Amino acid sequence: MKNIEEIRADFPILSRKVYNKPLVYFDNGATTQKPKSVIDTLNEVYTSYNANIHRGVHYLSDASSEAYENAREKVRLFINAAKKEEILFTSGTTGSINSLAFSFGERYINKGDEIVISHLEHHANIVPWQMMCSRKGAVLKVIPINRDGEINFNEYLNLLSSKTKLVSVAQASNALGTLLPIKEITEAAHSMNIPVLIDGAQGIQHGVTDMQKMDFDFYVFSGHKIYGPTGIGVLYGKEKWLSELPPYQGGGDMVDKVTFEKTTYNELPFKFEAGTMNYPGAIGLSAALDYVLDIGREQIATMENDLLVYATERLSEINGLTIYGNTSKKISTVSFLLNGIHQYDTGMILDKMGIAVRTGTHCAQPVMEYFSIDGTVRASLCFYNTKGEIDSLAEGIKKVKSMFA
Amino acid sequence: MTINEIQNKIVDEFSLFDDWMDKYNLLIDLGKELPVVDPKFKVKDYLIEGCQSKVWLHPEYNNNIISFTADSDAIITKGIVALLIKVLSNRTPEEILSADLYFIEKIGLRQNLSPTRSNGLLSMVRQIKLYAMAYNAIKK
Repeated sequence: MKNIEEIRADFPILSRKVYNKPLVYFDNGATTQKPKSVIDTLNEVYTSYNANIHRGVHYLSDASSEAYENAREKVRLFINAAKKEEILFTSGTTGSINSLAFSFGERYINKGDEIVISHLEHHANIVPWQMMCSRKGAVLKVIPINRDGEINFNEYLNLLSSKTKLVSVAQASNALGTLLPIKEITEAAHSMNIPVLIDGAQGIQHGVTDMQKMDFDFYVFSGHKIYGPTGIGVLYGKEKWLSELPPYQGGGDMVDKVTFEKTTYNELPFKFEAGTMNYPGAIGLSAALDYVLDIGREQIATMENDLLVYATERLSEINGLTIYGNTSKKISTVSFLLNGIHQYDTGMILDKMGIAVRTGTHCAQPVMEYFSIDGTVRASLCFYNTKGEIDSLAEGIKKVKSMFA
Repeated sequence: MTINEIQNKIVDEFSLFDDWMDKYNLLIDLGKELPVVDPKFKVKDYLIEGCQSKVWLHPEYNNNIISFTADSDAIITKGIVALLIKVLSNRTPEEILSADLYFIEKIGLRQNLSPTRSNGLLSMVRQIKLYAMAYNAIKK
């Protein structure tokens, strides 16, 4: 098992300085840093076997296609999907949800139908559904939350009806860190034959997520939030759904036969992968998943929980600091505000101390509105962070307080 | 003092400090000198879009002179607006329109604010220039 120094040494960027101070990177919820193995893999793709996939008869195209399909198999294994054909590559979580909202809407949604989301969603799991609803005359229903940042499960049950055509909720809130009860949410929906989409953007990187065990109908995530390259993401869908859904984009590679009268589509998963895919991204993602498996997902979950407990403890000691999101089941994210000090001021000063946090609404304005705030400071930690860095954050916050007092 | 004389004075003041933490302390102090906008003008009409924090900017035009009052919910932003007002308030529309705001670059404000934040600063400058343009047009 690698110790923390060895883990940190795997991520070249973590040893750099900003403003002449050691970088403390607490913006992992926005994007994670990349281990050397991922950077090397991307380099290798372009230096050794770059060629368009599924096209050429030549050696490089074969090598590239094989690496891309191996990446698909790696994703399947990682999330324990039943079939490789159920793994579609996309540009990211946002791309996945938009595509699905379009295809699902075209196929299944009629006037008066309802889609259920939660009040904790990222804009990427709100706006695509609003767009689809306005196109189809459907209605968006929202599961309410409480002051601790948890969803109201009874209200969720009340929202489900024969009109509900899909439930789409986050695995974890990007703004508050709340882990949603996705197993229970899925079971309740399934008891009424309603399919479920889980937005795994903030969940996949923090532990084991098993498609067959959890029985989600759809699951989406982004490569760059799990130590992989940006511009690659995954849309998992059960075969029974994907085979029924129409493609969301037309183009090369997704077709079986094209004439000007009629086009028949290629089989899964290619039906949904029109045009040249981001194959270097997929291959890089595969390397990232290997890295995560090598560290061990249980190990990562344990390390991150230790960091969460320590960070919560250290920040709670600070007078006038309020943590938003106080449920017991959280990812390693702490969202907070200092009494009377704007999140922007806090973020700017922390930045000058080398501490990278996110400030603002975190693309989750409804969550901020619920708490009647304009935004928070968010420290999103992951397994390569240390307690020493949390101490630096606590010191930094004290400095902020002294400057703006 | 001319616009450029004030800009040079600001550049000198900031050049006294090497550390950005000290520069921020100066910005915080400057924010305290900001001519604060009347609460009745803290409404959407005077809110500048494009900032991470809220900025209200209110112009007043008398005898061919535009003066500004402003406020922000973030203190560093308040300091930045205060700097702009020091340079551009109590000026004629012509002076504002022809001003070349080199102090922003010289004190490192632009480099030290990320693009979205920098856009906030640029939005403030744009808004000030728009007011000048509008008053200039009314005059003619």
